[in-house]
This record gives sequence, C-alpha cells and structure tokens, in this order.
Amino acid sequence: MENEKLSLPNYTIPEDLQNVVAITTLDRLYNWGRRSSVWPLMFGLACCAIEMIAAQTARYDMARFGMEVMRPTPRQADMMLVSGTVTKKMLPSIIRLYNQMPEPKYVVAMGACASSGGPFKEGYNVVAGIDKFLPVDVYIPGCPPTPQALIAGMIKLQEKIDKQSIKHVTWYNKEKKDGNYVPMPILGPDLIDVRRNAEIRDVAAAKESA
Amino acid sequence: MATPVLTQTVDLAARFPGKVSADARPGYAGIIVNKENLVEVATAVRDEFGFDLLTAVTGVDYIAENKMEVVYHAYKTTGGAGLVFRVQVERVDPIEVPSLINIWPGVDFQEREAWDLYGIKFTGHPDLRRILMWEGFEGHPLRKDWKEPFFEEEVKPFKSRWPDGQHTFAENKNPFRDNLNFPKDFDPEKYVVDKEEDLYMSLERDTTKDVEGNMKTDHIVVNMGPHHPSTHGVLRVAVQLDGETIIGLKPVMGYLHRNHDKIGERNTYLQNIPYTDRLDYFNSMSNNFGYVTTVEKLMKIPVAERAEYIRVIMAELSRIQNHLIFIGMLMNDLGTMYTPSLYAFEERELVLDIFEAVSGARMMCNYFRFGGVVRDIPDFAMQKIKDLVFERLPAKTDEMERFLNENEILVARLKGIHVLNAEDAIKYSVTGPVLRATGVPYDLRRADPYSIYDRFDFDVAVRQNGDMMDNYLIRFDEIRQSLRILEQAIKQIPQGPINSQKAAYQVRVPAGEAYGRIESPKGELAFYIVSNGKPNAYRYHVRPASFVNLTAVESMCKGSKIADFVALLAMLDIVMGELDR
Repeated sequence: MENEKLSLPNYTIPEDLQNVVAITTLDRLYNWGRRSSVWPLMFGLACCAIEMIAAQTARYDMARFGMEVMRPTPRQADMMLVSGTVTKKMLPSIIRLYNQMPEPKYVVAMGACASSGGPFKEGYNVVAGIDKFLPVDVYIPGCPPTPQALIAGMIKLQEKIDKQSIKHVTWYNKEKKDGNYVPMPILGPDLIDVRRNAEIRDVAAAKESA
Repeated sequence: MATPVLTQTVDLAARFPGKVSADARPGYAGIIVNKENLVEVATAVRDEFGFDLLTAVTGVDYIAENKMEVVYHAYKTTGGAGLVFRVQVERVDPIEVPSLINIWPGVDFQEREAWDLYGIKFTGHPDLRRILMWEGFEGHPLRKDWKEPFFEEEVKPFKSRWPDGQHTFAENKNPFRDNLNFPKDFDPEKYVVDKEEDLYMSLERDTTKDVEGNMKTDHIVVNMGPHHPSTHGVLRVAVQLDGETIIGLKPVMGYLHRNHDKIGERNTYLQNIPYTDRLDYFNSMSNNFGYVTTVEKLMKIPVAERAEYIRVIMAELSRIQNHLIFIGMLMNDLGTMYTPSLYAFEERELVLDIFEAVSGARMMCNYFRFGGVVRDIPDFAMQKIKDLVFERLPAKTDEMERFLNENEILVARLKGIHVLNAEDAIKYSVTGPVLRATGVPYDLRRADPYSIYDRFDFDVAVRQNGDMMDNYLIRFDEIRQSLRILEQAIKQIPQGPINSQKAAYQVRVPAGEAYGRIESPKGELAFYIVSNGKPNAYRYHVRPASFVNLTAVESMCKGSKIADFVALLAMLDIVMGELDR
C-alpha cells in the first residue's frame, strides 16, 4: 500500500508479503475513511454562503478533500458549515437541523458573524456567535473568508478528525448517547434559551422598571 | 390606469387647497398631506398626475417634535422626476395612518415593515403582521427611544469601547450577559409560544373556496424553508396546495434581518459603506454606488471625472457577473444540477479578480467614497478588464447562449409559463429585469439618469411576453448592453484624480433628506437618508429591490404548479442580505 500516512511505518513486514499486506491501526483506518468524505450540510445563511459555493466550483474545487457532496438533508450530513450571520429568528431552525444530524457531526463557524456576531454583533436580532449554542470545532476568520481560507479551515477539521480515537469518541459511548443534544430555543419577547430559564426569570424580576 | 402626461406640472397644493401643504423644513422637498385626505390625494397622484409606480414607503421617527412621519416616493414608469409626499401623525400609540394598499398594492410589504419596525398601524391593510421580526417580539426596534440590548451610545464612534484603554465585552454590560432584553417580571416558563396562527389564517383567507357541488378536497399547507436547497437563502414560503396547484402563498422573511437600518443610524456616514457591501452580497459595487450617490446628493459635491468612469465600469461588471450567476442558479433550480452554474462561476471568478485587484477584497469591496473611489485601477487590472470586455465575456456569453437557449427541456420548462404582465408588475412596484421583461422599458439609467449614464449609447433591454423565457433571455440582453457600456467607458476614461474631496474620516452632511436610486442588477436600489447635520444619519433606510419585488410573488405563483414555483422564485432574483437587511 502506497499511503504512508495510513500504514504504520515502523513495523517490518516480511519481504514476500510487502506488496500484499498493509499494517495499520484501526483508528487510522477509521479516521482516514471519515476525513476523506466529510459531507457538508447544504446550508447557507448569508454572504459567506456565496464564498462556500465559490469554494465548490472549478477554481478551488473542494472535491479534492472529499467535501463536495453537499447534502440538503441533515440526516446525511457530517458537518454543518455555519456560513453567515446567525439571527435570533433563524436560530431555532439551525438547532433543529443540528439535532437531526447523526453522529459523528462537526460544526464549522465560517466568518466573523458565525464566530462572534461580527460587524452585526450590536444588532438586536443577531446572535453573537453560534458557539453560544452549538459546540464549534473550527472557526474560520474573515468577512467573508476567501475560499482559500475556507479550505484551510477544512484541513484543520481533517487534522482534528485524525486525532480522534475510536475508543474515546462519544458516539459509541452508550451513556453519553444524547451528549450533543441542544434544547430548542424559543422565540418570545426575545430569544429564550431554555437552559437559562431560571436566570432569565431572576434577572427580569430584578429589573428596575418595565 | 391613466396615461401619464409628461408636460403636466404637479401642483397638488392648487388641486387640494387646505388638504396639503408644502414641506417648509430646509433641505426637504415634497408636500405634507393631511392624514384624513391621504387616500384621496394618493388616488389623484396616481390617476390624475400619472405617478403609477410607488417605489418606497418608510417611516421616520421625529421624536423631538413628537411626530411620526410616513414618507412616500412616487415615480412615473415613463421616467422623470418623482413626487414625495408625506403624512405626519402624533407620536402617541396607536399611531394610525390609512393604508394605500388599494391604490398601489406594492406597498404591502413596506407597510408591514413600517408596522414592524415603527409601530405605525396602517388602517385598512388586510394582513398587517410583523414581517422582519417574529410575532411576540417586544417593541418596535427602529423607534428612537427603543434601545437594543447591546446599546452603548446613541452614535458612533463609541467612546465607551475603550474605557481607560481597556476593552470590555458588550456581554458584560447587559444584565442577561447576552444580546437579550426581556420585559420586567418575565417568566420564560409561562410564556405561550406563538403558533403562527395569523400566518395560516391569512393563507386561508386568500384561498379561493371550493365551488359547491364539487368533490370536497383538503388543502395542504407546505412550508418551504428557511432551510431549503432551492429558496435562494433563508427565505421561508408557506404554500397552500390543492393537489399540485398553488392556491395560496405567503413568504415569511426576516431570517437574515441583521438590523441594517438601526446599525446604519448609529454609524457615521463613512463607516456605513462597508455595511452596504453586505446588503446584496453579489453586487457590493452597486450597493456602494447607490449609497454614495445618495450621500453626495445631500452633500452637494461633484464626483471626480475619472472616478465616474471607474464607478460605471465596476457597476456594469457587477451586473454582468450577477446575471451570469442568475443564469447558472436558474439552471440549478430547473434540475441541471451544477454544470451550467460551474460555467457561470468560472466567469464570475474573473470579474472578482478585478474587484480584488482594485479594492483588495473579492466580494466586500468597500470601494466607493464620497466624491470618488478609494483607489485607482492599477494598469494590470485595466488590461484584465479590457481582455474580459473585448475578448472573453462576449465569447463566453455567446457560448452559454449556444449551449442553453435552444435546449429542449429548458424551452419546455420556461416558454409560456406566465410570470407577470405589465399592469401587475407596475401595480406591485416591481422594478428591474422582471419589469422590463413585461414590456415596460423602465431602466433608471435612462429613465432618471444618474452618474454619467447619459453619455453612453446603449439600449434598454426589453422583452414583450413576460413569461419565464423572456425573463431568462433578458438577462443575456442586459449582459450585452452592459458590455456595450463597458466598451465605451474603457475607451473614454480620462486620466486625472480619482476623488474630488480630500480623504477624511468624517464628512459634513448638511441637514435635509435625500432619496437616491440606482438601477442595481436586481431592480431599483434606493437609499433614503435624513440628515440633521450631525456626523451620523438621523434616518437611514434602504429600499431594496428584492424586498419590493417579492411583493408580487403571491400573485405570480397562484394557479401555477408547485414544480414551477422554484423557478418562478428564481426569476425575481432575490438575495436575502438585501431582502431582510
């Protein structure tokens, strides 16, 4: 086998077997398969989505990394590319999509808005970063990030996948089965994060005037 | 609709003595109409004076005078100057203004927006729901006394950003430690979630009822979006279906409402240019163009001669790449997944290379300045533009037409599928290629020339049938006309300075109002700015082409099949950044 990254180099294979057998660890094989076919969710939010499309086209060609199969349904997707400003009105839909994705799943925050709110952070309808709700694996800076930056971020994600071990990953752990479930926020007078209900009630009660 | 008479002078004061008065404030134009006479005057404006296209409706909150104002901008589709009329009402809830939806149905979404953001109740509007925010949201955000949760100061630059040289996070200043604000004694556990009954009620009301005696069939409501591969962004459409036929349809938007207007009123004039980039993110150059044109109108400054040409070159290049994307994405929607759009994106990348060479950014160019542009075109970029305009783009446009236009499937899907007729298009204030495909030669570059478009020799692209095929072909026509303009601009561009003003962080803008509009690739993009002489705009409003064009979507789609809906929506060429702002 030619792939030096995949096969374990410091194990001597008998000469007559060298072209027949490759020796590797289960982790490497498992991760090699996963890193080479990260299917993104076909999901665009704002300006960054256009650069995401541009990264899929001929000049940048994300297919080189096995990431060209955009799945419109979350049930077939491995990675959610949050490409743009997350608004309060949109957030429940994003959370619902995330909860529908099967494990293993990754979240990439593309651009300033998805990472922190960006130039629109002060806006009343803007969530200051998707990481207030979802566990983000890679942040890609830029407004919008160029396709090159996006690809660099994807390679970072591949590196992260390489480091995971089948022994420790949460999705085979029966006790942590719903470990990544995020409760749905509610659109009320403002965005209600149901995990913070008690805090919201206390602060609202302590407010000086209506 | 009355035939507009070009020679007619508009003297509303003589026509309606006592009911209207001229606006006497310095820097303001137009007339103030009494609230009681609004419908009467508006009817006359349309029928007697011929202002058949009402482009913009917006509210302004004059909190110091305790007045709420609604401003209307009416134009004629035959071209020429517009008419501004406004209504002022006491700023005491409920603020009520009669709706003009029966005179110009195109005000539908804009009145809903004014209700959502200003709390102005338009009496007689049949479907006055919130449009950008959700039902149940607390307050009307654009009112001057409404503060966002991350409020720091009234205007930028914020002095509080660096207290004692230390940065503080906005989260630390808010009691909820987040971008949140709840009314006093709010209990999230007792909150009753809005089930969107209003939306479904309004779908039901507009639905034509079954004829008696026919077999009773159930209608199905299908929600497309906000996550849907075909809706061109985060648009949601609630469709009511009878079998496969659309019998009712309501777009739901606001999923990308980034509070452009509110942030724009805190920004200084210069700070706002990069924000306009992010309106219609395919055409940041056009957005810049519209914004600086409006502010220059207020400032009354000239534009450097060379900069005028650079602006036109950039705007037309932007139009070409926008239409290319339109064609590619339309093919996606029709089912030829990816291949045509890959061709389109290949050309787009070449245009973006030029943008990157002149401005430093591919998409968010931030290139225009008041009085000119920020940098000159480098020589190698000029050479690239020449190569593109004289060699590559004409050839590639021909190639795309050769590949696509006579494709049997494409013709079968597009030909004869009705989009809009001229009367409906004008009624719904539709502008841009969609209007021109119905046979109305209304192009602001000719109808109300701005910048230096009157110097170029080009035709307004018009098609007559108003079906999908015409809407598709008119994009090719426009690409060719843009190339014609570009050829002339490249030949005529003079040497010289690129800005008539000195570079400065602050500009002085005299008090007054201005409504500046340009022909963006998607239609009429206009900015309405009210200045009170301070470094920040008092009122900053964007009249986006996508948003107003979408008003017609319901009448466009009723009666057609659900399979055509995606392509019909594509015809409007909406982009969510501009639609939701």
